[in-house]
Amino acid sequence: MALAQVKQDALTARLQGLSAPAKGWTAAARASASDRLAAQGLPTRRDEYWRYSDPAQLTKPEVSGAATDLAPSFAALDAVKLVFTDGVFDASASDDPALAGVELLSLAGQADIHWAQGLYGQLETRGSSPVERPLAALNTAYATEGVLIRVTGQAAKPVSLIYTQKSASSDVILHHVVKLEEGAEITLLESGTPGARFNTVLEVDVASNARFHHIRTQGPDADRRGVTHIFAHIADNALFKSFTLTAGGRLTRNEAILEITGDDSVAHVAGTVLGDGKDFLQDDTIFITHASERCESRQVFRKVLKNGATGVFQGKILVKQGAQKTDGYQMSQSLLLDEDAQFLAKPELEIYADDVKCSHGSTSGAIDETALFYLQSRGVPKRTAQALLVLAFLAGTLEEIEDEAIAAEVHARLEDWLHGLDG
Amino acid sequence: MNTHVAEDNIRIPDEAIREGVDRETIETVQAMAGKYKYGWETEIPTEYAPKGLNEDIVRLISEKNGEPEWMLDWRLKAYRRWLEMKEPRWAMLTYPEIDYQDQYYYARPKSMAEKPKSLDEVDPKLLATYAKLGIPLKEQALLAGVEAPEGERKVAVDAVFDSVSVGTTFKEELKKAGVIFCSISEAIREYPELVQKYLGSVVPQSDNFFATLNSAVFSDGSFVYIPEGTRCPMELSTYFRINAENTGQFERTLIIADKGSYVSYLEGCTAPKRDTIQLHAAVVEIVILDDAEVKYSTVQNWFPGDEDGKGGIYNFVTKRADCRGDRAKVMWTQVETGSAITWKYPSCILRGDDSQGEFYSIAIANNYQQADTGTKMIHLGKNSKSRIVSKGISAGKAQNTYRGQVSVHPKATGSRNYTQCDSLLIGDQCGAHTVPYIEVKNNSSRCEHEATTSKVDEDQLFYCRSRGMDEEEAVALVVNGFCKEVLQALPMEFAMEAQSLVAISLEGSVG
Repeated sequence: MALAQVKQDALTARLQGLSAPAKGWTAAARASASDRLAAQGLPTRRDEYWRYSDPAQLTKPEVSGAATDLAPSFAALDAVKLVFTDGVFDASASDDPALAGVELLSLAGQADIHWAQGLYGQLETRGSSPVERPLAALNTAYATEGVLIRVTGQAAKPVSLIYTQKSASSDVILHHVVKLEEGAEITLLESGTPGARFNTVLEVDVASNARFHHIRTQGPDADRRGVTHIFAHIADNALFKSFTLTAGGRLTRNEAILEITGDDSVAHVAGTVLGDGKDFLQDDTIFITHASERCESRQVFRKVLKNGATGVFQGKILVKQGAQKTDGYQMSQSLLLDEDAQFLAKPELEIYADDVKCSHGSTSGAIDETALFYLQSRGVPKRTAQALLVLAFLAGTLEEIEDEAIAAEVHARLEDWLHGLDG
Repeated sequence: MNTHVAEDNIRIPDEAIREGVDRETIETVQAMAGKYKYGWETEIPTEYAPKGLNEDIVRLISEKNGEPEWMLDWRLKAYRRWLEMKEPRWAMLTYPEIDYQDQYYYARPKSMAEKPKSLDEVDPKLLATYAKLGIPLKEQALLAGVEAPEGERKVAVDAVFDSVSVGTTFKEELKKAGVIFCSISEAIREYPELVQKYLGSVVPQSDNFFATLNSAVFSDGSFVYIPEGTRCPMELSTYFRINAENTGQFERTLIIADKGSYVSYLEGCTAPKRDTIQLHAAVVEIVILDDAEVKYSTVQNWFPGDEDGKGGIYNFVTKRADCRGDRAKVMWTQVETGSAITWKYPSCILRGDDSQGEFYSIAIANNYQQADTGTKMIHLGKNSKSRIVSKGISAGKAQNTYRGQVSVHPKATGSRNYTQCDSLLIGDQCGAHTVPYIEVKNNSSRCEHEATTSKVDEDQLFYCRSRGMDEEEAVALVVNGFCKEVLQALPMEFAMEAQSLVAISLEGSVG
């Protein structure tokens, strides 16, 4: 009882700072989310899915941080840029939202959007069971800004969401919805920090034969506190790929909840993390549900941690009864560069079908002394050798990015940020 | 070996048994034909404590065991604590609520009212029970199925029947070596200073709901003390038999391996077939000092319930070894084939520098069985090492979960863990789950974790079938191969029994 009361009190305090949920076409979804939230309360460290990351910084009423001035990651790429400053869409800084085969709308601006009505909050609701995700419910109930993207064909260029943060106390809730119609394809880029504190939800509905690519960079700001959620529903013969590069931040929790319901589909979630300092905590929490046959899922994460940084990985593959010929794979690896770095992992499998191939691996340890010695014996200075090995370790996950130009861009960021880590 | 051959409904032509095919496995499968071998009941007058649980029952158990005041106080403290605790429900187990008042907490054969002075005085019916189970209570005998030159491989047995220890063999011979091996009730009376020093020091009274319940109501169990520098001259074993209906068994085992000592300990358990569920909540504590080594092997074969999931033992067990000294070593090996519900996580606290913990497990769940089992490796000492090899097999409508934790503390530098957990699914109605927690808090330690889930390999099955084996035998053979790594870690007597159990537990799982 006591714990339930703590959660309720935290919720009451948190909601005081928020204005009432908006009305309009999202009203029903928001009301249902509010009900769920009221029943669950806000998460605490004592919740199983928060055992490694204290959610207090995400749930307390007051926000403190520092303004950031980050150079956008994908500036050189040809993309439709949409800019959000402290969580508010900035039309003057954004490109004209016109792209053949793509409908780009704002959550704030639309009176009645029929295609989004069946999606807003729906995938979030599905993904909040069996694991409760009260912060996602809070997002659905209170989000006022976000982008609604409907893709009917092949998008000629990516859509790039650029977040800038000017206020040291902005408390941002963003909710994006992406709907890919049959055979459609799009790449969505995200970079920057949405606010001093942020809570984002990205709902993605991938229809048959559609392909969705998501590449995101977070950082390298030091003060970031945020939780991101991806809720995806994947139909047959479809492809879903999401990659995140994270550097810096105090608490970054990236959740991805994918449900594959069509046969022969592919879903990958990958991430590379650079963690530095006692205050750093980055958490990847993944839940992939296989409900259909012959699908492939991958979870590939690599983290480099130093100066007391903490890396968390909680990954789960659920294979439902009848989801035969599933191929599920989960790999979380970390390189601990000094004595106080920590890596905490919970790679779970829950399997109810017999003809499946599911595996997971998790490793953690220091830099390979033999490799280091080899490089040094070839005349490479120790520092350089170390940097090379770290880069090689981290760059492995970048293979998950299909587009070469984007991969090169991410690689450049990775090298830059690694350099910053050495300094 | 096959004294129980009764049914002959599985026949394998002799020519099918060729090189590389394990004759033993096939013969046992033939012999057992899918029956729980130990499901019979011994008809013996039994006296019970009144049904239910309250302070008077705790007092009564203490009194029946002739315990000193401090022991009763310890029990009562645990009981009061237990009343405030909640039954844990985080495991992947679904079962109806347990009515703790609808159980007997103490049952003993009437003939045990007067404690027999030697094995010769024990009720012949009890001796016959153990003989039928293949457990020799005669000092010259060996465990069934093992041929060895006389005097070479001896196994001392402590036989626990419902709530009491029936007798302990080879006590005198062990005493000569300085080894104390007796029932825990006897130890409480005879060696109070040892018991007081170590009881509850590994698994504290309030450790968890079931351990606390056990602390309040444990009736008997085994006590082992191996003195400094002693290699126990024979293997020690405890055999637990639940016989009485509606009776829970709560045994407590305490093993202390003093500096530089060694012991190998075996544990076996069975129960009659019944429609109603029965509760079993045991606690095993092991203390290992500098340079000592303990091997603890279990073949858990409690009644698993029938094919429709009726009856069976609910098995909630807390087992923990504390490697208190430097270079202390523990090895848990378990073969879990029985019980309707298994909730069991034999753990290692690697406190000493260079201490070492190993966990080898085979868990088989068939029909409606549910198992949630695994281990904890808590690395506190420098350069401590641990190894986990877990093989889970699910068949029928069963659910099998590996749940484990590897925790390397900041000061446990230079530590090493290797974990491998593999699951095998037989049939599309069952489930296999893996829930590992890996927590590494320094960088000089290395942890590796691997897990796989797959079905029985079609090619291997086809090969076996092409050699004339029927499907069930082929599966048994493939599964035995899958388990080999763990089977090899068992003492020989157990390895043989375990191997045949693997086959038996899977009966009816195919076709």
